[in-house]
Amino acid sequence: MDTGDTAWMLISTAMVLLMTPGLAMFYGGMVRAKGVLNMMMMSFISMGLVSVVWVLYGYSMTFGKDLGSGLLGSPTESIGLTDILGSDSLFGTIPTSVFAVFQMMFAIITVALISGAIADRARFGAWILFVVIWVSLVYFPVAHWVFDFDGKDGDGNVIDPGGWIANDLGAIDFAGGTAVHINAGIAALALAFVLGKRVGFGREPFKPHNLTLVMLGAALLWFGWFGFNSGSAVAANATAGVVMLNTVAATGAAMLAWLLVERIRNGHATSLGAASGIIAGLVAITPACSAVDPLGAMAIGAIASAACAYAVSLKYRLGYDDSLDVVGLHLVAGLIGSIFIGFFATSSAPAGVDGLLYGGGSEQLIKQVIASFAVLGYSFIATWLIATVIDRTMGFRITQEAEITGIDLAVHAESSYEIGSQGATRGGYAS
Amino acid sequence: MKLITAIIKPAKMEDVKTALTEYGVAGMTVSEASGFGRQRGHTEVYRGTEYTVDLVPKIRIEVLVDEKDVDGVVAAISKSAATGSVGDGKVWVTPVDHVVRVRTGETGASAI
Repeated sequence: MDTGDTAWMLISTAMVLLMTPGLAMFYGGMVRAKGVLNMMMMSFISMGLVSVVWVLYGYSMTFGKDLGSGLLGSPTESIGLTDILGSDSLFGTIPTSVFAVFQMMFAIITVALISGAIADRARFGAWILFVVIWVSLVYFPVAHWVFDFDGKDGDGNVIDPGGWIANDLGAIDFAGGTAVHINAGIAALALAFVLGKRVGFGREPFKPHNLTLVMLGAALLWFGWFGFNSGSAVAANATAGVVMLNTVAATGAAMLAWLLVERIRNGHATSLGAASGIIAGLVAITPACSAVDPLGAMAIGAIASAACAYAVSLKYRLGYDDSLDVVGLHLVAGLIGSIFIGFFATSSAPAGVDGLLYGGGSEQLIKQVIASFAVLGYSFIATWLIATVIDRTMGFRITQEAEITGIDLAVHAESSYEIGSQGATRGGYAS
Repeated sequence: MKLITAIIKPAKMEDVKTALTEYGVAGMTVSEASGFGRQRGHTEVYRGTEYTVDLVPKIRIEVLVDEKDVDGVVAAISKSAATGSVGDGKVWVTPVDHVVRVRTGETGASAI
C-alpha cells in the first residue's frame, strides 16, 4: 500500500461526491422556481439509493469476477462488501475499500445526470425505481465493460479477466466518456421519448430561474472533476498530473469556444453559455485526458463545446423535450471526446498511443467508434425498455394539473423560496 | 385632492425621487411593477434560444397632492423621468374623495 496514493484517492472520492450536489445546483437553477426542489432531489436521492445498491451488489457486478466474455461481474462475489475490509485487500497501491467508494461516486453521478432530461414532470416514486433498475441493468454492466481491467500475475498472465471494452477491444476511456457521459446522454434521450414533452414546451418560455445557482453548480462540478479525472489514475503520480493539466486546458478552451459562438450568433456572451461551455469541455476531455497533450486537449474541448452550442437547439427542431440538454451536452461532448481520441492521441501522453493526426493510423479511431456506439446502442435500448415498463405499470408522469401548479408543491409539499412581503409567511401550524 | 401615479423606467427612479423631494412633496409611495407600453417587451437568449419577455420591469410612484401642486408635480416627474426613448412611461392624475391621516385623524388637504 502507498500512503500518498491512498491519501489522494480519499480526497478524490470526496471531490467526486461533491459533483452530485453541484449537478443538483447546475440543474436546479435552470428550471423554473416551481420545480427547483424536485430537480435537486432527483440528484440527491441518487446519493442515497446508489450508495446502498453499490454496497449490496453494485461493486460486485462492476468489479467482481467476470461471468464470461467481459460482459458482467459476479453480483454475489462481494455482497455487502464484507470481503474487502482486510488490510491486505488492495487495489493496486490503495485499499480496495477506497477504490470501491471512489467508483461508487461515478455510479451516483451518472444516473443523476439523466434527470436533467425529465425536469418538472416525473413522479418521484417512478424516478426512484428507475434509478435502482437503471444502475443495476445499465450502469454496472457498462462500467464493467469499460473500467474493469484484467488482473494479471507477475508474469503478465490474466488471472482475473475484466470487461471487454477495456481489455479485448482496447478502446481508451480514461474516466468515463463512454460509461458515464455517452451512457447518461443517450439514456436521457430515451427517457425524454418515453415521458414526452412538458406542458407548453416550445410555446412558453422556460427561463432558468436562478443563473447564480447554475454558475455555482458549474464551479463545484469543475472542482470535483479534478478528482473525477485525476483520481482515475488511482495514484498520486505523473499520469494524475498530466490528466489535471489536460482537464483544465480543455475546459478553459471550451468555455471560450461556447462564448465565441454565442457572441457571433446571438450578439451576447451569456453566463449560462460560460457554465455550459465548462461542462462541455469537462465531458469531452474525460475519456481523453490521459491520451492527449495539452494542445490536443484544448482542440477537443473547443470543438466539443462549439458543437454542443449548436446541438442544444436540436431538441426544438426534432421535437423531444430534453429539458436541460443532457443529450446536447453529455451525449454530444461524450461522443466527440471518446471518438476524437482516435485523432488527437499522442504517444507522448501517459496512454502512449498515437492517433490519426500523430501518425498512428486509424486503428485506435475504429476502436473508439466501436466502444462509443456499443455503449450508446445498449444504453438506449435498455433504458427505453426500463422506462416504458415503469410508465406502463406505475406511470412515470405527474398529472397535468400538478405539472402546471408546480412539481415541488405537488410531489414534495414544499416551495423553494419564501422571499418578499410579510404576507407570504402568514398561516399557522396545521396541527 | 389628486392622486398622481407615474410609471417610469427603473433607471430614472433616483432622478424622479430627487426632483419630487426638491419640489417639496410631503411623501410618496414606490412599488416595483412590470408591464409594457409601445416598446413592448424585450428578448433574452438562453443556450441559443431566444425568448420574448412581454412584461418589462417598471417602477410605479404614487403621490397624493393638493390641487395647487398638480401641475408642478406632474411637470417635475415628466421632466426628470424623460430619456427621450420609447418606454419612458406615463403619468396620470385621478381625483381623490377623501384622505385621513391615521395617526392624528386629520382629514382633507391637511392630511396630505
